[in-house]
This record gives sequence, C-alpha cells and structure tokens, in this order.
Amino acid sequence: MKSDEKAYPPPAMLDPAILFASVLNGLTTGAVYALIALGLTLIYGVLHIINFAHGAALMMALYGVYFLHEKLGLDPYVSLPIMVPAMFVAGYALYRGVIARASHGKDENILLITLGLSIMLENAALYFFKSDTLTIDTAYTLSTVNIFGAMIAVPKMVAFFGALATTAVLLLVIGKTSLGRAIRACAKERQGARLVGINVDHVFAMSFGIGLACLGAAACFLLPAYYVNPQVGNGFVLIAFTIVVLGGMGSFVGALIGGFLIGVVESVGGLLLGESLGQIGIFVIFIIVLLFRPQGLFGARA
Amino acid sequence: MTQRRQFLMNTAALAATAALPLGARAQGAPAIKVGVLHPVTGALAYSGNLSRLGAQIALDEINAAGGIKSMGGVKLAALLGDAQSKPEVGVAEVEKMNEQGASAIVGSYASAICLATTQAAAKYNIPHVVDVGVADQIVTRGLKNTFRFGPGYKITTEAAINNLHIMNTVARKPAKTVMIIHEESLFGTGTANLLASQLPGMGYEVKEIVKHANPTRDFNNIVLKMKSINPDIVIPANYYNEYALLLRTMKQQNVTPKAVFSVLGGAASSFKFVKEFADAANGVIDVNHWYNPKDKRAQALRKKVEAMPGQFYTYEVFLNYQCMYLLADAIERAKSSKREDIINALASSTWDKHFMPYGPTKFVNGQNTGAAPLTLQVLKGDIKVILPNTFAETEPVFPWKV
Repeated sequence: MKSDEKAYPPPAMLDPAILFASVLNGLTTGAVYALIALGLTLIYGVLHIINFAHGAALMMALYGVYFLHEKLGLDPYVSLPIMVPAMFVAGYALYRGVIARASHGKDENILLITLGLSIMLENAALYFFKSDTLTIDTAYTLSTVNIFGAMIAVPKMVAFFGALATTAVLLLVIGKTSLGRAIRACAKERQGARLVGINVDHVFAMSFGIGLACLGAAACFLLPAYYVNPQVGNGFVLIAFTIVVLGGMGSFVGALIGGFLIGVVESVGGLLLGESLGQIGIFVIFIIVLLFRPQGLFGARA
Repeated sequence: MTQRRQFLMNTAALAATAALPLGARAQGAPAIKVGVLHPVTGALAYSGNLSRLGAQIALDEINAAGGIKSMGGVKLAALLGDAQSKPEVGVAEVEKMNEQGASAIVGSYASAICLATTQAAAKYNIPHVVDVGVADQIVTRGLKNTFRFGPGYKITTEAAINNLHIMNTVARKPAKTVMIIHEESLFGTGTANLLASQLPGMGYEVKEIVKHANPTRDFNNIVLKMKSINPDIVIPANYYNEYALLLRTMKQQNVTPKAVFSVLGGAASSFKFVKEFADAANGVIDVNHWYNPKDKRAQALRKKVEAMPGQFYTYEVFLNYQCMYLLADAIERAKSSKREDIINALASSTWDKHFMPYGPTKFVNGQNTGAAPLTLQVLKGDIKVILPNTFAETEPVFPWKV
C-alpha cells in the first residue's frame, strides 16, 4: 500500500487558482454578511442596544421574498423595491409600537424585548411555515461568471455588487442628508440632540427602520443562492455580531471590511480545514479582537 | 377528457385517504391502526413526503381490495406521524402512536430517526417495519420488534465496491483514485467509513473524505477541493437536496471525473433529478434500492404515481409501498391486531408477492436476508439497471466520456 500512496502527489491544497476562487467566493458571501452587519451596527450606534431580533427579522424578510416569488412570480431582485420599504415600515412600526413603549426609557429593557421578539417571530414562523427548508429556483441560480478561471455563481456576483451599492447609499444617507445628521447627533449625544429640537424618538425609529431595510435588501440578494427556514437567521446573527465587534461597534466602514474579512476567513477555512471546522477561524478572530483591540478595527475608544 | 377523468380519480383517492383515519368504513369492527411515521417536514421533507405517499397508496389499495380478509375484511387506518427530520421528534411521535393504540409502525426513513423510533417502539412491543433506514445498527441491537425489508448499507456498499471493481476491470482499470463526499449523520458517515475501509483492499486510493451538514447550500468549497485533488471517481453518500446541489456545482465548476459512482445516492436514482437536471444527472451511476425492472407490478405502480401531479416514482415510494404490503401480509396471517401476534407473523414471514429483486422474505435478527441493491445508471434521460446481469437492462457506460 505504501508504494501505492507514493505514486500520487499529495493534494495541492494551496494551488493558487483554487485559493483565488475560494477567496472570491468568500468575498461574495462576505458582502451579504456585511449588509446584515450594517443594519446591526447602525441600530447599535444610535440606540446603543444589541438588536437580538436581527436574525428573526432577516428570516421574515427571506420568507417575504420567498412568497413574493412563489405566489406572485416576482424575481427576488424585482422584489427589492417592495421588500426594502416593507422592512423599513415594519422596523419603524416595531420600534414605535412595541420597543419604545415597552422599554420605558431603559436600554437594558430593549435588549430583553428584542430577545423576546426574536423568540416570538421564530416560533410564529415555525407554526405558520413549518420547519421545511424552502428554496427558490430561478433561471440564473446555476449560471456562473468566469473571473480569471474562477467560476463564481451569478447570484453571488449580484449580491456582491448589490451589497456594495446598498452600503454606498447608506453612507450617503448618513453623511449627506439632514436625517443622517440627526441620526449622527442622536448617536453622539442624545440629550443635546433633544435640546436642539431633534425628535429623538422619531430618529430612533427611523434608525431601526433603516436597520431592518438593510435586511430586506440582504434577503433579496441572499435567497437565489440560499434557503429559508425558521432557524435561518441564527447562523447569520452570530456572524453579524462578530463582524460588528471586529469592525468596531457603530462603524459602517468597519462592518463592510469586517464582513469581507469574515467571508474570506470562512471560505478559505472551509477549504483548508473542511466544512465542519471551517467556521473556527471566525471565532478565533472574534476572541483575538476582544483580547487585543476591544474597540474593533475601526471603532473609537469608549 | 382523460385529464379530467384522471383528476377525478386522484381527487377520489385523496378523499378516500382523508376519510380513512376515521375508520368509519370498516364494517362494524374497529380498523387496525398503523403508524405511518416519516420526516415530512424539515431537511428531509422531500423524501419523507414521498415515503408517506408510498405507504398511503398501498394502504388504500389494501382497503379497496377488501382489507384484512382473515379478519372479516377489517380495514387498516393510518396514524400519520411527522418526525420533523429529528430523531427525538420521531420518538415523541412513537409515544403518541402508542397512546393512540397503533398495532404496528411503518417508517421512519432516515437511519438516525429509525434507530431512535425502533427503540422507542420496542419499549411498547410495537412491531416496527423499517422502510429505508440503511444503517446496520438498526438491526443488530437484538430488538424483537424491528424488521427491515430492504438492504443495509454494509450489503449495499459491498455490492457497490464489487460492481465498481468489475466495471473498472472490464474497462482495463482507468480508475485508481477516489473522493468520498458524505452527509454528517449516521447514514453518510457509516457508508463513508465502510467505503474507506474496503476500497484500499481492492487497489483504490481514497484521496479525500469530506463531510458536510444537512442542509448545505454551497458546495463551492468542496468542489474546489475536488478540482485540486482531481479524483478518478467521486462517491457521494447524501440526501436528495445536497446530492443534487453537489452535482450541479460540479457542472458549474466544470469538474468531470471518470465516474460519479454513488452508494445510496439521494438523487442519482430519482426521476425528479433526471427530469429537472438532465445535464448534471447524465451518466451518474448509483447502487441503490430498486425494483425488478422486469416485474409488471413495479411498472404499473410507476404509472400510477407518475399520473399524480408533481409526484415521482422514487425508492421512498416503492419501498414504503412494499413495506405496507409486507405488514398487511403479516396481519393477514396473524389474524389479529395484537402487537405480539403481528411480531411473530413478521418473524416467520415468507412473503413473495413483491416486485423487489429479493426473493421471498426471510428475517434473521430483523433483517430480510434476501434484500439486495441494484446498480443503476442514468442514460438518455432514464434510469437503467446495469448490474447484476440477472436484472440488467443495458450495458454500463464506464468510464464516462463528456
């Protein structure tokens, strides 16, 4: 047997072409992670709370895209102008109607409310949609683009550029509009913002709405290459938290770079260590960042 | 016109099925309750639903033909259970079926679920006919209530290795290296371990064994790895969704081994896969549960299933169909709905009115000793038996040329 084994060269795991394809694959996945993390980091930056219902909200958005496709025959990308406003309205209403009322002005209450919301949403989905894993099939689900020899699936390419465009729009809104100024003011100094006449509750609700709108976009980009079931959000929310911590709580650029980094680490890790162990890299990074740079790569020191 | 008649027939069949659990049709005598337990939701929902379909068709046929004749035509009533693709839920369903007074259980598709449900049923001495559940641990624990009609993964893997070796030898040994891709639960892991331990003895080098989760929605990494290893033979052992996605990703990434040779492949011997992804399926070889292609009853059932909208004639369907008949035969001979009597009747079963390539049933420690798989290949949009020669419909194409 020994001589037989020597007859074949060891598998060339670090073949540059394979590695390149894996990195590209990771970047495209990372773009969607970034989009999910952007919503989370915006809500954290402004409201100073971790939105535990983020994963559940993503799950609801995915079901939205799924049913628009199955019932009305809408392409997931055509669903964008429906899903983004719908998720925004849902987020705004959720904050105004439930979170703000039930929190009685205490941040730690909000934490518990979002946790409760996520449990409720997940179980409601389990009740109404069952635990089936649902997927959609589109004409382009299996199409690929050849990028210097690496075959990348079309939905992933669309997701990559879609996530970049969404981030650009978000940065513009925050940086250039009066709403963005108000959001930044509330994030920095809540009391001061109220004193200069900003309707802080409205801005909070807007931020929550925009945070969920990001998920609406993410869902449209995700579903053609992914699936939906009631538990689908959990995997993403854990990764999104890692990205937010890695990039720096409240930093948009941090979330974007962090998303790409995590996507690549996951993909290359999966290639080198196997599918089951691949995610280990993500959490090793998480621990290292917490140990040596707790404010994150782009975060301001608290 | 025929379409309308077909529709009416299907609706009538459905209505009959819906009315069955009430047991009101049996002339006075209460119907015999049979647990029909499958993972009809969750990751294995596709297979679970087909399994349920097969069991229900058989149950309807048995009742329509006059029920259990030795007991004055008493009918069978299905207690439908959903294991939600989780062993622990399967156990809870067995508990429920016990409360409801099930005389026997047919199910529960996946190995890991069968392992749990047979044990739970053993507690109450409920006879449990295992429909698929290929892990051999299911029938080696000395459970008196457990009967598996089909072959286990040990027999199947051995047949696969032998047949692979025959084909490779006939083709002057073009294949030397192997990559195994398997799902993470009992079925995939057990099959992969058997393959990995036996292939080297036949002169094949197992270059890589990759395990993946259920569900997996991205096989790019695994296929990239495959590209770098460049194995002669790729052996997948996983369920439908992942099998289909793996082969589609291989197509996307232009990976073409000398053969995709699967053992109990989830999609390879599925008319659904062959129809929907003809390109990816073409040429795939699979060693799997299959009916005797020369038996008219198997073809008649195929016609019946394919006439139902959106249904496919898969091993889930015909194995459950046959298992329900196997159980009915035992009840017929037991002349009783008592669990103990049915267990004894199953244990002494010599049933030969099936269309599988098995011969009359003979259970030793709960395993039907005649059970064996067939080797199949997807050719020209159809699934053909290529080995063993007694059942073969056509010659194998190996190595596969694109």
